[in-house]
Amino acid sequence: MSEVTATPAKPAAKPAAPAAHGAAKPVAAAKMTPEMSAIAAKFGGAVEAAQYEGLLVTDHSKFIEIATYVRDVLKYNQLTNNTATDYIKDGVIEVVNQFTRVPQGGAPLTLKLRVPRPSGHDKTQPVPSLCPLYPGAEFQERETYDMYGVVFEGNPDLRRILMWEGFNGWPLRKDWKEAYYEGDTKPFESRWPGGDHKLAEERVPWEDNVNYPPGFDPFAFKPHPDGDIYDSMLAPSDGTVSIDNGHGVAPTIVEGLNASEMAELKTDEIIVNMGPQHPSTHGVLRMVVKLDGEKVTDLKLALGYLHRNHEKIGERNTWLHNIPYTDRLDYITGIYNEWGYVLGVERMMGLKTTDRVEYLRVITGELTRLASHFWAIGFLLNDLGAFFTPALYFITERDLIIDLLEAVTGSRMMCNYMRFGGVSRDFTSAQWAMARELAFERLPRTIDELDHFLTENEILKARSIGTGYMSADRCIAHSLTGPCLRAAGIGYDVRRADPYGYYDRFDFDIPVLYNGDVYDRYLVRVQEMRESLKIIQQALNQAETQSKVGDIQGGKKAYNHRVPAGQCYARVETPKGELGYYLVSDGNQNPYKYHIRSCSYINLNSMKEMAVGQKVADSVVILGSLDIVLGEVDR
Amino acid sequence: MATQTTNIPDELKNDPRVPEDLNNNIFITTLDKIYNWGRKRSMWPLLFGLACCAIEMICTAASRHDLSRFGWELMRASPRQADLMIVSGTVTKKMIPQIVRLYNQMPEPRYVVAMGSCATSGGPFKEGYNVVSGIDKFIPVDVYIPGCPPRPEALLHSFVKLQEKIEKQSIRTVRWYTTGKTDNGMLVPYLGPDLVDLRRADEIKQKTAL
Repeated sequence: MSEVTATPAKPAAKPAAPAAHGAAKPVAAAKMTPEMSAIAAKFGGAVEAAQYEGLLVTDHSKFIEIATYVRDVLKYNQLTNNTATDYIKDGVIEVVNQFTRVPQGGAPLTLKLRVPRPSGHDKTQPVPSLCPLYPGAEFQERETYDMYGVVFEGNPDLRRILMWEGFNGWPLRKDWKEAYYEGDTKPFESRWPGGDHKLAEERVPWEDNVNYPPGFDPFAFKPHPDGDIYDSMLAPSDGTVSIDNGHGVAPTIVEGLNASEMAELKTDEIIVNMGPQHPSTHGVLRMVVKLDGEKVTDLKLALGYLHRNHEKIGERNTWLHNIPYTDRLDYITGIYNEWGYVLGVERMMGLKTTDRVEYLRVITGELTRLASHFWAIGFLLNDLGAFFTPALYFITERDLIIDLLEAVTGSRMMCNYMRFGGVSRDFTSAQWAMARELAFERLPRTIDELDHFLTENEILKARSIGTGYMSADRCIAHSLTGPCLRAAGIGYDVRRADPYGYYDRFDFDIPVLYNGDVYDRYLVRVQEMRESLKIIQQALNQAETQSKVGDIQGGKKAYNHRVPAGQCYARVETPKGELGYYLVSDGNQNPYKYHIRSCSYINLNSMKEMAVGQKVADSVVILGSLDIVLGEVDR
Repeated sequence: MATQTTNIPDELKNDPRVPEDLNNNIFITTLDKIYNWGRKRSMWPLLFGLACCAIEMICTAASRHDLSRFGWELMRASPRQADLMIVSGTVTKKMIPQIVRLYNQMPEPRYVVAMGSCATSGGPFKEGYNVVSGIDKFIPVDVYIPGCPPRPEALLHSFVKLQEKIEKQSIRTVRWYTTGKTDNGMLVPYLGPDLVDLRRADEIKQKTAL
C-alpha cells in the first residue's frame, strides 16, 4: 500500500552512481519485494536495487527482456507511469517506469534506467522504448523526450509533444533555466520578507518571457512547430486501415456501383485540422484527421496548447505552494487533484490525519466526482448533437455542488482545500445541512431524471452503441484508466486496487460494463454517480457519530514542510481515471521532482485506435466519451 | 430605451408633416446613440475557451447567470461572425499564433476581454517557460477582469463595462468607419527557438549577434 521506502536516518550502500561523479549523498536502497527478487534472481547481473525504490536496470540491452518478463510472467500488464528525473549531481538522467497489475492492483513495480547526462542541449544516448510491449508508453515517452531529451529507440513517433519542434532546450533538466528565472527554490529572497519585488519584466534582459540562443536570426529561421506531423499522414493509402482495432474496415460503398467499379473509383483523401480552436475538442486540443470521404483513416493529436509548465513551476515551489496549483490541473475536479498530491506528501512525511479529515476528504472529493460526471455527460450529449439542452440542466446541478464547495472552501473551482495532514476548514452546521440536502434529496432525484431522459434515448443509443469500441486487452495495453477502462469489462479502480482514505469503511460497488463503447462509458458514469452518492451518504452519517467537529488537522500546522529524502508514487481515482503523483524529495523544502501522471493525457493515447475506421463525426463523440480536461492533458 | 426621449419639439408641434396621432411617439436622438444602443446589446462572442476560465464562461452562459439578458448569448464558433473575443485562460506561446490569427479574422469593430489573471498578466503561471505574460502583449484589450478564475458575476461586470465603452464611441471618430485607415490586424508571432515577435526582430538580431 504505502510506496514510501526511504527513511531519512538509514544511509545504505549507494547504488549505481557512476564513479566519476560521486557527489550524491548516500541514500537508502530500495526494499526488495518478492517480485523484485524474482527479477533479480532471473537477471542477476543486469539489475540492482535502485535508490529509494524499485530496480535499476544496469544492462540496457536486457531491458526489453526484463520488461517482457514483467509483463508476461509477473503479470504487470499495464505501464502506469513513465517519466525521468535529472540527478544533476550524479551526472545521470534516470528514466522511471512503473507497472501495475490490472485489475488486481497493489503497489506498482518500478524499473529504472540511467543514462549519462549529456552536456548543453544535446540529446541523451538512446534507451529502449517500451512501445512494442506497452503501446500506452507512446505519449509518455514522447513527453519524457520533450522535457528531458531522453531518446527512446523504438518509439514510433518520437517528436516533441507539449512544446514545439525547434524549441531551444529540454525544459525540465535541472540546468535549463526559464526566462524569468529568479532562483532554484521559492520563496525567492527578493520577495521575502520585505516584499519589495520588481516585476519580472523589469528584471530580465528581454523584458519579456523569452530567451533566444546567440546568433539567432529571426528572419532566417524556418519554423516547423509540428515537425513531420503531416509527412507520415500524407503517404498515399488505399483507404484501408492497418490497425486492427476490432472495427474491421468497411469498404466505401457508392450506390449503383458494383465491387469492381468501386475498386476503380479513386477517392481523394484529405487531411483536416480540428482545433485548437474548435467547439467540440473540449478546449485547445488539436486533432489532425485524415479522411476518406467521411471515414477516418488516420488521426494524430497535437497537444501542448495549454502546457503551462506545472512541473517546472512545481519544482521551484515549496511543498505547500503546490496545492493550489494542483487545482488547476483538472479544473472540474480540483479537490480530487489536491488529494492525490497531499496523499503522496503525507506518505513521505509519515503524517497522520484525523477521522474528521478523512470523512471531509471523501465527502468533498466525491462531490467533485459528481460535478465532473455531470459535466462529462452534459458535454458528451453536446457532442452527440443535443446542443446544450442536457448540459444546461447538468450545469445547474453542478452549480449547486459548487455552491456548497464555495461556502466551505471559499472558491468555486480552485478550492485549495487540502493541507498536509488536514483540510483547511470544517463544514458549518448550515453547510452540513446543505450537503445532506444535496446527497439525500436533490441529487438522487436529478440522477434518476438524467437516467430517465437519456439512457433509453433512441438517438443517444444509435449514435453511441458500438462507437469507439476498444477491447479490454487493448485498453490495458494502452494504459487506459477510469470509466473508459471499466466500460470495457475491467473492474480496476484505485479506490479498491490501491486503497487510500477511508474508502474501506463504505459499502459501494465499482460499476463494470462489458461492451467497451461510448454508450457503456456513459452508463458507467451514470452508475458511478449513484455509487458516489452512496459513499457521500454513508460518509455524512458516519462522520456525525465517528468524528469530532473541528478536528481538521492531524499533526502540527506548518507553513514550511521539510519532506524526508525519498520518493513516492501516490495515486488516486479521479473521475477521469488514475491520477498519480511521482514525487522525489532530497530533504529540502521543495520537491526535487514533481511529476503528474495525468489520466486525461494518457487516455488520449488510445484515441487513434478508437477513432480510426469510424466516421469523422464519431471521432468527436469518442473524444467526448474519454472525458478529457485540457488543463490536465497539457499541464 | 436608452436614447434621450423628449416631448415633441415646439417647432414640430404644428408641422403638417407630422400626423396628429404620432404626436406623442416621436423620439429625438443622435445617430451615435441609437447605433451604439443597438450594437452594445448584440455582441456575438467567439465560442472559444482556453483553460479554467472557460468553465466559468460556460457557467455564465448557462441558466443561472444567463448571459442572454445582455443579448450576448449567441456564441459563434467562427471568428468571421464574432464581435468579441473572451480570452478565457492561460495564453501559451504555442497557442498565441492561433489567437492572434483568430483576432485578425474577426471583422471590425471587434473587442477583447482578458478574462482572469492568466490572460491579463500570466497569473500564477507567469514564470512558466511556455506562458505569455498577458494577451495584451499581442492584441489590444478592452476590459481586464481579475480573478483566478473570475466568478461569472465578474464576467458579467466586464460586459457592463464594455457596454459603457461602446456607448462612448462615435461613428465619426472610430477608425473602422474612417476611409483610408484600414486595419491590417496584428502581426502573428511564430515559434522559433522561443516565441518570436517580429515587431522586435531588429532588437532580437542586435542582441543575439555573435
